[in-house]
Amino acid sequence: MISMKNKGEKNKHIGLKDKSALNQEPSVSKDTGRKTILSIVYIFVGLFVLMMGYFTFFLLAKSDDVINSTYNLRHDVLAKRIIRGNIMSSDGEILAETITDEDGNEIRSYPYGDMYAHVVGRVMRGRAGIEEMENITLLTSYSNSAEAMYNDLVGVKNPGNNVISTLDHKLSKVAYDALGENRGAVVAIDPRTGKILAMISKPSYDPNNIDQNWESISEDSDNESPLLNRASQGLYPPGSTFKLVTALAYMRANPDYLDYNYKCKGTTDYEGMTISCSNNKVHGNLDLKEAFSKSCNTSFSTIGKELAIDDFRQLSESLFFNKPLPARISNNPSSFLLKTGESGVKESMQTAIGQGRTLISPLHNAMLAATVANGGIMMKPYVIDRIESAGGRLLKGYIPEEVARLMTAEEADYLKSLMRSVVTDGTASRLNKLDVKVAGKTGTAEQEGKKPHSWFIGYAPANNPRIAISIIVENKGSGSEYALPIAEKMFNAYFN
Amino acid sequence: MRIVIEITKYLMLIMMGAYTYHAFKASAKKNDNALKKTFRQMTIFLFLFHFTGYFTMYIQLQSEKLLLLYGGQVVLFILVLGFYKIIYPTISGLLIRNMLMLLSIGYIVLTRLSFDKAVRQFIISGVALGLGLLVPIFVQRFSSIRKYGWIYGIVGLAFLVLVLLVGTENYGATSWLTVFGLFTIQPTEFVKLLFVFCIACLYSEKTDFKRVCAVTAMAAGTVLAVVFQRDLGGALIFFVTYIFMLYSATGKHLYLLSGLAGGSVASWVAYKLFDHVKVRVMAWRNPFVYIDKEGYQISQSLFAIGTGGWFGMGLYQGLPTTIPVVDSDFIFSAISEEFGGLFALCLILLCLNCFLHIINVSLKTRDSFFRLLSLGFGVMFGFQVFLSIGGVIKFIPSTGVTLPFISSGGSSIVAVIMMFMVIEGIINGDNSLNIRKADANIADDIHEE
Repeated sequence: MISMKNKGEKNKHIGLKDKSALNQEPSVSKDTGRKTILSIVYIFVGLFVLMMGYFTFFLLAKSDDVINSTYNLRHDVLAKRIIRGNIMSSDGEILAETITDEDGNEIRSYPYGDMYAHVVGRVMRGRAGIEEMENITLLTSYSNSAEAMYNDLVGVKNPGNNVISTLDHKLSKVAYDALGENRGAVVAIDPRTGKILAMISKPSYDPNNIDQNWESISEDSDNESPLLNRASQGLYPPGSTFKLVTALAYMRANPDYLDYNYKCKGTTDYEGMTISCSNNKVHGNLDLKEAFSKSCNTSFSTIGKELAIDDFRQLSESLFFNKPLPARISNNPSSFLLKTGESGVKESMQTAIGQGRTLISPLHNAMLAATVANGGIMMKPYVIDRIESAGGRLLKGYIPEEVARLMTAEEADYLKSLMRSVVTDGTASRLNKLDVKVAGKTGTAEQEGKKPHSWFIGYAPANNPRIAISIIVENKGSGSEYALPIAEKMFNAYFN
Repeated sequence: MRIVIEITKYLMLIMMGAYTYHAFKASAKKNDNALKKTFRQMTIFLFLFHFTGYFTMYIQLQSEKLLLLYGGQVVLFILVLGFYKIIYPTISGLLIRNMLMLLSIGYIVLTRLSFDKAVRQFIISGVALGLGLLVPIFVQRFSSIRKYGWIYGIVGLAFLVLVLLVGTENYGATSWLTVFGLFTIQPTEFVKLLFVFCIACLYSEKTDFKRVCAVTAMAAGTVLAVVFQRDLGGALIFFVTYIFMLYSATGKHLYLLSGLAGGSVASWVAYKLFDHVKVRVMAWRNPFVYIDKEGYQISQSLFAIGTGGWFGMGLYQGLPTTIPVVDSDFIFSAISEEFGGLFALCLILLCLNCFLHIINVSLKTRDSFFRLLSLGFGVMFGFQVFLSIGGVIKFIPSTGVTLPFISSGGSSIVAVIMMFMVIEGIINGDNSLNIRKADANIADDIHEE
């Protein structure tokens, strides 16, 4: 301590310029000091490099998705610099484009009016559909060309990127026309990839003049909900289309399902509740395939009586009931409410034939049909195929994604044979005369005091499916009467 | 108009890039004349950049106030470069220029965000630079400053306790003192300097076990006092600075490892114990889930950075003011949004350059007190930059730390200017360390006589 003080004193007199007298208290040797400092340098340089790497990674890979958020107020800033890009169908039709009039005003135009209002969406009065999902893409210009740079410099707006959807215009038009003035929805999916080929919802609205008509559309005095995308957000009782799930539940619970036998007497009673087949028809002796193809309510409700509720619920939840669908397009979760301790036998019996309290969206039903068609693997449905620059250069392509294997190949094969028999000798025999081999299931969802909803789900060709569809016509009548003819027109259009 | 904004945007990026390039070039230069030439080029890019920034703002706002502010800043820059050169001929020209470059970026961004805050920042930093002129003399002449280690520590701690007792709350942290009811200061910023002085004094005397225990106890008290102010970032800076200074003073890996391990445990405990820590981590991991509340700030920051892209939107062309506290903790996002990601990367490199330069002083000086002092300041500066930028780009949880020289905030800017001036004092006072040799490559060997 004393020697230190002396050194300090000395320093004061001679100043620090004299090296030899510096306070070099060698508590640590000079080399160790150097080493520690160098290792601190390495640590900090490492931290900075990691940070810069993360920053670069964010800008390169993550920022596109982040800034697409509707919370990002900067979209409006970008719109001042870019002419919003086009949205196209897979067969080259323009579904949305921006037209600049003589006065320089930009108008977003939808050539097909209300046909694509839900899936393509709108930009006025809140964004929706593809317009919302790919807002930033449409407002970004691929500007690696000298011309784009020049435009930016002189203040000329660059054309934004184009979004090429998976929608098939020809098929969509047929579905749109076939649905006619009815309320309802149509969804068509390529089961191998998950591409959404058509998505129609009625009643619709014309996005071209949404601004002028906003009052009446949003007021919705007729209770028609034109803004609702029934295809993905509408929830309906599945009716007999749910027998697909019940059949699978039965197969899992009874490995000897091929030996199933039931004698249908047209009705079945349980504690005062009567479940009857359509038109009280007596089907007689049935195996599982015949029960399915004739859509025999008495046999399926009897299956429901015997199924373990927990297993039934677990199966339906593995098929995406009670949770959001694995899809980017906004959807409402389907619901399966049967629960041990809460639900009685009566509800089980109703649920098994798709009545009960079960609700499903048409998109979900299409995905179930597609999963069977695809041998048990569910593909993630998507509506955007690729992004192209205004000059047609491919910027980003969406690759099909597997969601999961939801059933074994054997299960899927048997369900396929069930669905095929519905067409060959069941409720959808009307489709048997088509050139292409179709498989499917009709459904009639009874409504208290109203006409039933008419359902059809199915796919074609039966041996090598390329399209799966789901059709619902609200409050019209039986599935074979109203949904089936629409399916017929769509299959005809798609395969010719 | 549009064309001018676009051109100036690229020009500013080019000047910033050129400046940063020359800053690193200067670090490697040994030849005296070549170094002078590099410095001259850096000065030119500094003034060109500063001019282009204000020019771009002026053509958009057409406000005479801007010209006044610009003129004042140019005069300040010239005075600083001139005076420091005359009074301290052997000072580090690199550090001075880097400081002015960072200040000029801060001036431009603050002017764009809030003219009043820019004026305030200009006046405070101007006064600090004037007073800072005295600091190097002080460091050189009064070697007795190294004798008061315990006093620095106790005074610092006393200030922190005072803040805890009568401090004002701001942004959730109780770290402000109102002085005579006139203005508020953030004593933590100055206590940081005292803290480094204290540790450097005490460990340059001796590093036996008893001393380590005593100093660690005092450092722990300081860190805790900052934790009680709910200033997370501040506490982390104190902690990390102490651990690295301890490591360098003793050369014992065990201290470094146990310090970092202890820090990790303490962070975990803080996470479990304090809600305000949990909220920060939650907002970091999943900002978009909590976008309406806890994640709002970081989401807005990412929108700004992402939308700005590599080249930025151009001055006044983005929406940086949608980010809460953008002029202070989140100023890096505003820079990235309007100047672009490439510019922001250059800014990080420039801060790294400052860090390396300060550490180089530590590596070269033969005086163990100065060695620890510059090491402590280097670590403090580097870590603060890391916390500030890492927090707003979502690399680490946001801790609410200012970006040195750039963020608005009087105490912060005065403290960091004083810090740099102390370093300049060390460089200027030590023959072996004067400008030429100090700027030599960091991996260069020192030859003992």
